Formats: sequence, C-alpha cells, structure tokens
Amino acid sequence: MTETKEFEPKIIAFLCNWCTYTGADLAGTSRLQYPPNVRIIRLMCSGAVDPMYVLKASLAGADGVLIGGCHPGDCHYQEGNYKARRRVIALKEILHSAGFDDDRVWLRWISASEGSRFAETVREMTEAIRAKGPNPLKQMWAV
Amino acid sequence: MKMSLAVENGNTLATLQAFLKRLLEKNLVDVLLVPMRTPGGTITPTLVSQVDLLDQADPLAPVLPINAATWAGKISQHQPRPRLGAVLRSCEARALVELTKMAQASLEDLIIIAIDCAGTYNPPTFLEKQAQASSNLWMELYNAARQTPQVLNPELRAACQVCEQPVYEAAPIRLRLLESDLGQSLLLEITSEIAEKLGWQANESQGMSPEVEALINSRTQAREQAFTQIRTRLEGEEGIPGVFAACVRCHNCMTVCPICYCKTCVFKSAIFDHEPMKYVEWAQQKGAYRLPADTMLFHLTRLNHMALSCVGCGMCTDACPSELPVGMVFRSIGQRLQQTFEYLPGRDVNEPLPLVTFKADEWTDIGV
Ligand code: SF4
Ligand code: SF4
Ligand code: FES
Repeated sequence: MTETKEFEPKIIAFLCNWCTYTGADLAGTSRLQYPPNVRIIRLMCSGAVDPMYVLKASLAGADGVLIGGCHPGDCHYQEGNYKARRRVIALKEILHSAGFDDDRVWLRWISASEGSRFAETVREMTEAIRAKGPNPLKQMWAV
Repeated sequence: MKMSLAVENGNTLATLQAFLKRLLEKNLVDVLLVPMRTPGGTITPTLVSQVDLLDQADPLAPVLPINAATWAGKISQHQPRPRLGAVLRSCEARALVELTKMAQASLEDLIIIAIDCAGTYNPPTFLEKQAQASSNLWMELYNAARQTPQVLNPELRAACQVCEQPVYEAAPIRLRLLESDLGQSLLLEITSEIAEKLGWQANESQGMSPEVEALINSRTQAREQAFTQIRTRLEGEEGIPGVFAACVRCHNCMTVCPICYCKTCVFKSAIFDHEPMKYVEWAQQKGAYRLPADTMLFHLTRLNHMALSCVGCGMCTDACPSELPVGMVFRSIGQRLQQTFEYLPGRDVNEPLPLVTFKADEWTDIGV
C-alpha cells in the first residue's frame, strides 16, 4: 500500500519591513490563526525584491512566492512599490511565456495595521496553491 | 531632406566611400566607426581617423560579426569624447538608442549614419560565399529585398530572416539603400544642417518605398511564424528547460548582447561560486542536480534584465556553441513584454525604460 502524504504547500514571502512584515507581526501578536506554510524573508521595501530572488525560490521548488508591500502611495521610499509592481508584471509575463505557472507568484499590498488581511492572504494563498498541487520544478533536476 | 548621389562607373562602393570621406574632410566628425575590410578579407567594425584608409571601408558587405552599438557606446559614453560618426545597421542603431537610455552611450556628439539593411550572413557563411561568389554579394541581397513576391533566404542569419525593421528612420543621415537603384545612384536622407556643412542641397525626392513595404510585410509574416513555433515549444511539454537543455552556460549569448552591458554581472560574481556542500544539498533536494548549475536561473534573470530592450539583432543565436535558438526565445518573450508596456526598443531616445518609470494609476487591480 502506498502511503499518500497530504501535500503541504511551501510559500516563500518577501515582505517589506515597514508594512507587510509589521502586519505579519501584528497578526502574530494579535494571535490570529494562519497556516504555517509561509516562510518570511524581510526586506526594507517591496522595491528591494530582485526578480532573481523569486526565480531562485521558484526554481528551487517553492510552491508559491508572496511579495508584500505598502499600499500604493504609502511606500516609505516614495516609489519602491510602484516600481515593484512593474517588475512583478514583467516577471509574471516572462514566467508565463517561458511555460511556467505565474499564478504561483502573488503581489499583495498589506499595511502595518492589516494583521487580519495578512492572515487572510496567507490562508487564501495556501489554499489556492494546495489546489494547484506541488510546484513541478521541485521534481525537475535538469533545470 | 532627400538627396541622390550619382554612382560613377557603376562603382557603388567607391561612391559610398567618397561620401564617408567627405564627413571627415569637411570636419563633420573626428572619427568614423565603420565596417572595414581587413587584409585577410574579413569585415570588422573599425574606428577610422585617416581619410585615405576609407578605401577599405565596406559597409555594404552583408555580414554582422558583432553589434557595433557596444563600441559606439564605449566611444561616446562620456566626456572627453570625439565627434563620432557611426555607420550602423538598423538593429545596431536601435541597440545604441537603448544603451543611451542606460547611460552607456551618448548621442550628443554622435552622428548615426544608418544604412538600410538587406540582411546579413554570419561570418563563416559570408567568407564561404565570398570565396565562391561570381557576382556581388550585397547587390544580390538588395535586389532580392525588392522582389515581389518575397522569397525567404535561408542562408541569412536567423535574426535577419525575421527582421521587420531593416530601416532605421530616425538617423540624421540615412543611406536609403533599399530604395536606391544601386548601380545608378545612392539615395540619402540627411538633415539640412548636416547637408549644409557638407555643402549639399536637396536634389531628389522619391524613392521606391512600396517595395520596402513588401519586404517588411514578408519579414513580419516570417517573424509571426517563428514566434508561433518557438511559443509552441516554450508553452508545451518541453518548456524553457527543454529548449535550453543543451545550454553549457558559456555566457556567449550575454557577452555578445549589445544590451547586456553590466560590468559587474551578477552571474560572474561570487554569489554563484557555491560551497561544495551546497551542490550536495541541491543534489539531495531533487535527487540529482544538473550542471552547469543555475542555467535556467541565468536565462530567466537575463530575460528580466534585457528582454524589454531586445532589438532582435540575433547576435546571441550566432554566438551559441550549442546552436540554441536563443535570440528567438528572447525576442518572442521580449515582444510580449514590450506589448504589455507599450514599449518599442530603439524607437525614441526620450522614451524612458519601462522598469525605471511608473504611473501611480496603472494596474490598480494588482496587489489588492
Ligand atoms: S537584424 Fe535586421 S537590421 Fe540587423 S542585420 Fe539583420 S536585417 Fe539588418
Ligand atoms: S550561448 Fe548558448 S550555450 Fe552559451 S550560455 Fe547562451 S544559450 Fe547557453
Ligand atoms: S517601503 Fe514598503 S513597499 Fe516600499
């Protein structure tokens, strides 16, 4: 009999220090429940997320990548999130055109006070990725 | 303004050389960047300061060993710099415009002398054909470029077979070779300011533009077919890992890319010198790990860095030892990106690069 272990998505989250990361912190201190599937990496701004980080995570087999930044107009560096938005659009277009599933990469604006929105986003993303199944790249050694 | 130079004794090349000489003689530029015929018979971009050496200039030779935009950039980039004249094909001129936006070139003291292009061979094919040729290689191509219906020339570089922008119109000097009856006359488009400095007046108006349209249409069709083919592979079973399966990560494609200018390219940095046990970790994660390492990451990252500015010169394809369709992959993905951002590389030097600019009120449905 083969044992079927239930698939637990692994999501890598690149979060802006000033907003989404603080929002995640708030979710924690408010004891909001959210799935443990997300591994958080803190950066100073969504504009500091190099597309290469997302690519590296995806090629290594991460099932999803979440990029969290301040709401438009609220970036502490004025325009980091506006530029991040364009970069993510370009990145997703490249992933899609190269034959990858770009819906595994999410960009969300979540402020420091939106702990519940953070928890909700992680829940939503975990379920969406669970429905997709594991990232096929996890099994592909030849990339 | 439009002009025509009469070709004497049927010697088109000599007429063209005389024109180039005049640019130096009339002190319009200090130096000329122009393809020259070497004593060995090969053609290579060269920086020429001495007028009589222009007897060896051969911008008509249908070969593109490198995209000379790289060198036009290096020679114009910052002060002090010469007043430079650069004889460029369309894909080179467009790459130069992109490099200017990236602060790797300056058009301030640079005059682009654009030549309408009938397509080029890669160097080995060119040398072979030149050795056999009974007739004139470039004349054949210009005549073929004006034929209707168009016949595809499978010997041309892959990029040229699908090049729908053989004419670069924004140049201060343009040699309208596709519109010229080359045995008789050389047609020019030239700013009145430059014409005045050269002591010339407008003397001609009409060329043969309908034929150029036929060429552009047939190349566009060929391009669409090639895009469909490569997209079927990229989006099908094979995917980009399959298309690049034979990549040896030699970086040739990047080295010859006129857009990839970074002196401290991340792929040549210590970030990619991994610890021995790191490789083992990866091999254990997936059970096996393909070498050279990071090949897919290399291509996908490079796409992020340059595909928006890809002018489709195809140098990458020519440089690939594994004969991979690098240029077609980058161009087809690049075109999608360019459409998304309504951007056309090389179109206008004042148009900002899409990833360094933004509007607050765009793509407002993303991130919510
Ligand atoms: S890509 Fe176009 S402009 Fe460049 S050499 Fe080929 S035909 Fe000429
Ligand atoms: S030139 Fe070819 S083999 Fe070399 S890195 Fe580029 S795609 Fe890979
Ligand atoms: S500081 Fe949060 S996105 Fe820039």
